[in-house]
Amino acid sequence: MSASGLTVGTEVVPENTPMRKRGLGLTRLQWVYVLLAGIFVVSVLRVVTGANDIDSSGLLIAAFGLAVPIALAGLGGLWSERAGVVNIGLEGMMILGTWGAGFLGYHMGPWWGLVGAVVGGVVGGFVHAVATVTFGVDHIVSGVALNIVALGFAKYLSVRFFSPLPGGGPTQSPPLPELPTVTIPGLSDALGTLEQKHIFFVSDLAGVLRAFCTNVSVVTILAVLLFVLTWWLLWRTAFGLRLRSVGESPVAAESLGVNVLRYKFVAVLISGGLAGLGGGFLALVAANVFRDGQTGGRGYIGLAAMIFGNWRPGGLLAGSALFGYTDAAQLRGGGTTVHAFLLLLAVLLIAIGVWQIVRKGRKVQGILAIVVGALVGTWYALTDIVPPELSGTTPYVTTLLVLAFASQRLRMPAADGQVYRKGEGH
Amino acid sequence: MSTFNPRKALLGLAAPLLALLVAFLVTSAILLALGDPVVEVWQTILSWPRPRQLVQIVNGATVYYLSAVAVAVGFRMNLFNIGVDGQYRVAAFAGALFAGQAWFPGPLNVLLTLVVAMVAGGIWAGIAAYLKVKRGISEVISTIMLNAIATGVVQWLLLKVAVKQPGSNTISTPPIPESSQLDGLALIPGASNKVYTLIILAVVVGVAYWFFIGKTRFGFDLRATGQSETAAVASGVKVPRMVVSTLVISGALAGLIGMPLLFGQDHSYGTTFQAGLGFAGIGIALLGRNHPLGIAVAALLWSFLDVQSNALQIRAGVASEVVFIIQGVILFAVVIAYELIRRADVRLEQQRVARELAGTRSDAPSVEGASA
Repeated sequence: MSASGLTVGTEVVPENTPMRKRGLGLTRLQWVYVLLAGIFVVSVLRVVTGANDIDSSGLLIAAFGLAVPIALAGLGGLWSERAGVVNIGLEGMMILGTWGAGFLGYHMGPWWGLVGAVVGGVVGGFVHAVATVTFGVDHIVSGVALNIVALGFAKYLSVRFFSPLPGGGPTQSPPLPELPTVTIPGLSDALGTLEQKHIFFVSDLAGVLRAFCTNVSVVTILAVLLFVLTWWLLWRTAFGLRLRSVGESPVAAESLGVNVLRYKFVAVLISGGLAGLGGGFLALVAANVFRDGQTGGRGYIGLAAMIFGNWRPGGLLAGSALFGYTDAAQLRGGGTTVHAFLLLLAVLLIAIGVWQIVRKGRKVQGILAIVVGALVGTWYALTDIVPPELSGTTPYVTTLLVLAFASQRLRMPAADGQVYRKGEGH
Repeated sequence: MSTFNPRKALLGLAAPLLALLVAFLVTSAILLALGDPVVEVWQTILSWPRPRQLVQIVNGATVYYLSAVAVAVGFRMNLFNIGVDGQYRVAAFAGALFAGQAWFPGPLNVLLTLVVAMVAGGIWAGIAAYLKVKRGISEVISTIMLNAIATGVVQWLLLKVAVKQPGSNTISTPPIPESSQLDGLALIPGASNKVYTLIILAVVVGVAYWFFIGKTRFGFDLRATGQSETAAVASGVKVPRMVVSTLVISGALAGLIGMPLLFGQDHSYGTTFQAGLGFAGIGIALLGRNHPLGIAVAALLWSFLDVQSNALQIRAGVASEVVFIIQGVILFAVVIAYELIRRADVRLEQQRVARELAGTRSDAPSVEGASA
């Protein structure tokens, strides 16, 4: 197992139009239109299905809370994969982060809890870096091993250190002190009043804006700053250019005097710190307690969000927002909101099917999409609610669907996943 | 593989031994740092198990073995089937539901259930195969998502068909008829409990895996694709078709994981059915280097640690969860040791070839000189 995975099916499909830009070929202004169109579609969906919670600010605030840890994990993945190290171990690093946050958060206060989360993640990153960068172990093997190890460590450490504490137990810490949140006083209330009127589109827009200025955790603000900082460091500085060159063509980078192994090592450490911070958010902000199994696969979803985002920070944000939103929808609205999504999915599938037949001439794929779309539509028509067991899988199904439609337009760093040995380049 | 190579055999043994030694030292250091009694922990874990525990170790290893072989089939082709966990749960549910209907008499019911479970596991893995071949989604991501989806789907279906277990709050599929329950084999003298009858299944799967991977055209193509995709394509291997077959076979084998538990212990699939076997299988496959015998040893070691750690709380005053640390450190030590040994092997091989080449080159001029 020297190379990471088979490359079958992942080749970039050449586009018909030669002058396509990155990121699905849209400019910034067009992205704003896409966003507004998205809100428009959701508000239509709200009126048609009567699922009012589908874009309430309450739901969106919850969505933020769920998107932040995924985004931070994805940001960690971005750092390491831009330096050419595949990081399936994000989940393990997050787990260590949750424990670190629980331990330091309880003993020294919430701000130290954040430090503990980062340190926990960095420890995981260190193990991954030693295995993959120093010893050249296959990246996925190391990452999977790290996830198993981190889970075991967190289990043991929580039994060892949280059981004897008052309010703690073998699988969870005592309640943790809270971090402050920020609300913009006048604006939040004004938008809230507007939202309650349920005016088509206007109220929906107000709901979205209200979510941005109500009960925003300081960690969320920190996360936004980290995104900006990452973008600036990786795409606007010499350091970032070198780091990305290590992920694209390590041999060329080495020949230009870049210390490839050091850059990879540092990138994986930073990656661990960010994933750990994501774990810390779960423990300190989302739950106010460390719990065994708290991450629930969010490290993996973060990785998927990063892939969906085409290994770029903006795309990653969009991916995390999508998964955070679907997760919040299934948690809050449960079956009703997810039931409303069925209608959207059915319409989308039928539209894609028609598109495939008319524009691309792919009859089989088109008909398949229409049939599935019709089935989903029937399901929507015949039921009032999606059972809770199934609505719980919404974020995962969404991940798969989105990747299925987007993954052939994606391009990962050219040397991502390849083991680099100094002096063995030819 | 055809001829016995003492250097390779020695290096092959050196890696796991080195890894175990490193794991022992690292775990001891961690325990010391945490202030736990190191000596008592090792005394408890390394004591010789009693007959009853021996049976538990063998039973645990049987299930782990099936799981690890399912993972290993993919590994041999560089496919990371992280989804064994979801596949075996879907398959165990489907198998238990089928067996519970008692449509067929005793042993036939058992055999047909195995087929149903394999088909269910294969179909669930087939989704990931389709997504990889047709839509280019890495199987690592898709199988992880499918694991989570499997949890929801199985829970939902379970609620639809469930019967309540008498005297408890757990729900499960209808229990399988007594004629199809397998009591187990009294393999270990002096033990009151019995070894799963379906340990036979593990042996059959192990032999089939060895034969299939090592001795057939398909197995050759599979390994060739895993070692060099470009070389395999050049020699006429249809990689997408291989991906689909391999993932489906891996899933079908994953379908068998729950069967020893179903027929030998639980007799139904319910909320208390053992979870997390797929992830253990990944670790064990790595530990056993995807080799049929290596996996068996690794599965026994994993299960040995599991069972021996149960007594830690009583005898050493340490939480039994410490076993996760030991297993994890072994896993990391092993993957690093294998990589180091592999590189040492390559270096020795290069030196040998260089020596032989140097030998022929020094001969060459004299030959030319003689002819001139």
